Amino acid sequence: MKTAAREVWLGRAILVSLMVITLVPFVTLFVTALHPTGTYPAGLEWPDEPQWSNFVTAFQAANMRQLLVSSVLIEVGVVPLALLISTLAGFALGHLRPPGSRWIFLVFLLGLTLPFEAIVVPLYYQMRDIGLLNTRWAIILPLLGLFMPFAVMWMRAHFINMPEELSEAARIDGASTTQLFLRIHLPLSMPALSSLAILMFLWTWNQFLLAVVLVDDPTRRTMAGALGAFQGQWGTDIPLLCAGSLLILTPTLLVFLAFQRHFVSALMQGAVKG
Amino acid sequence: MPDLTLSGRPPEAGARAGLSPARPGRRRGSLARHRRSAAALALVLPAAFFYGAFVLRPLIITVQYSLYEWNGVTESTWVGAANYVRLLQDPEMFGPILNALQLIVYFSFVPVTLGLVAAAIIRKFATSRLAVVGRTVLFLPQVIPLVAAGIMWTWIMASDGVVNQFLRLIGLGSITRAWLGDFSTALSGVGVIGAWVSLGLCLVLLLAGMSKIDPALYEAARLDGAGPIREFWSVTLPSLRQELAVCLTVTVIAALASFDIIYISTQGGPGNSTMVPGLEIYYLAFFQREVGQASALAVALMALVLIVVIPLQRVIRGREQ
Repeated sequence: MKTAAREVWLGRAILVSLMVITLVPFVTLFVTALHPTGTYPAGLEWPDEPQWSNFVTAFQAANMRQLLVSSVLIEVGVVPLALLISTLAGFALGHLRPPGSRWIFLVFLLGLTLPFEAIVVPLYYQMRDIGLLNTRWAIILPLLGLFMPFAVMWMRAHFINMPEELSEAARIDGASTTQLFLRIHLPLSMPALSSLAILMFLWTWNQFLLAVVLVDDPTRRTMAGALGAFQGQWGTDIPLLCAGSLLILTPTLLVFLAFQRHFVSALMQGAVKG
Repeated sequence: MPDLTLSGRPPEAGARAGLSPARPGRRRGSLARHRRSAAALALVLPAAFFYGAFVLRPLIITVQYSLYEWNGVTESTWVGAANYVRLLQDPEMFGPILNALQLIVYFSFVPVTLGLVAAAIIRKFATSRLAVVGRTVLFLPQVIPLVAAGIMWTWIMASDGVVNQFLRLIGLGSITRAWLGDFSTALSGVGVIGAWVSLGLCLVLLLAGMSKIDPALYEAARLDGAGPIREFWSVTLPSLRQELAVCLTVTVIAALASFDIIYISTQGGPGNSTMVPGLEIYYLAFFQREVGQASALAVALMALVLIVVIPLQRVIRGREQ
């Protein structure tokens, strides 16, 4: 069909131009990062002598080693514990369904659309009063709470969708609830758990507001928070700033590319459920 | 109901109706059921603790703060609704809210509309290699920190950035400017950044929604003589209600609660032309030391999000049931 062929070509053209628009900022960032530090390069222009050493300079100037350690510590504090407690809650609310679980779930849902800005002020005073301001705990603890609405909803939906016959069969074989959870449900939850883990990893890595408000010292922040401080300090040195930004966003790109299939479907399901 | 005891021990005899020989099973059964419920509720406790301590408690305190005047250090004074009255009267307070509402156009309507049109056209070859690569590429802005997006675009829209370079190339050198530093273009400038971030998500989501539409519907429409545009309005669009509601929910929240992009690219300037509630809350609470006023704005922001999101959630949930 003639019209169909034209539509296909039009579709390709649109898709390619959207891809170009998406990629131009990344390319600009990369090309600019290769110019001599301290210069003010003009737009999109390949430098005469690419300064690959800028990445090393930015790595040192931004204290990148310390930032990485800090981000990893925060990730380690948030992701495994958030996974554990949301799985337990999701299992209880989605599979065991004790009386009142509907109400409990609704209270969790309440937090789903909550902007972080809405609670950051009291969080500041709360953290100050318990003496955790300027420590990584000031980021870890609130994130554990803030991730719960989504994480619990996510895991609950997963356990609700598990076929009932599986649990019944295990019961007939004499499995206790603990055994049912550990031997049957948990192994089958791995895809749901890993998607949730990737999402929470990225949300933690990219968390900016909490890091800026609750932690002054950039070397105790998340990567995104540290990037904010780096911009304040090196904002006038465009090539160095670009090199630093690239270093900080590269891990997220690598995680994304490595777990791509997982990720797109996870984000989509997450968005649909959210 | 199956056995719900949480210990590793084998289930108690009484837990299974009909298996308890000696006593009348009813009372022991309900006792066991209570114990099972308690155990199940205990599993929710850790999640509820973090959620309660670091979300619900601050949420309630925000409302409480909003009724006081407090500089964060000395005694606070009860002022009732005064902070809310100022919210409605002081342009410094509702200006950011108006800006956030305008940002919805850029953060939400632009990517959703563009995504819809693009997805409707791309649908024809959605399984090809190009479409798969395109999906990955268009997703990239969703993955990186918004701060990084802000830094990239600040540089792109600067006086010597790519945008102006391109405009000079095509002979529009007269309209070049520092896009984020100009009163008339700064808000649109940050809007473009938001649109760039959300477009991929909307497109991919809508494409996925379209792939679930029964092809028979399209055949029927074609047989009835519908052209591509008619087909889009009568088949594609009505089938995507749920996906559209999701896109709108996510992007509208991103617009109303924007912080990272603005903080990095304009700090709310020039003047207050790109000031948004999130940033104003931050300035009020931590620089101007008006904790009460900041909290009132936070409550207003929450209310605004709910007003927009609840009807959209109806659409999403209505479809599921």
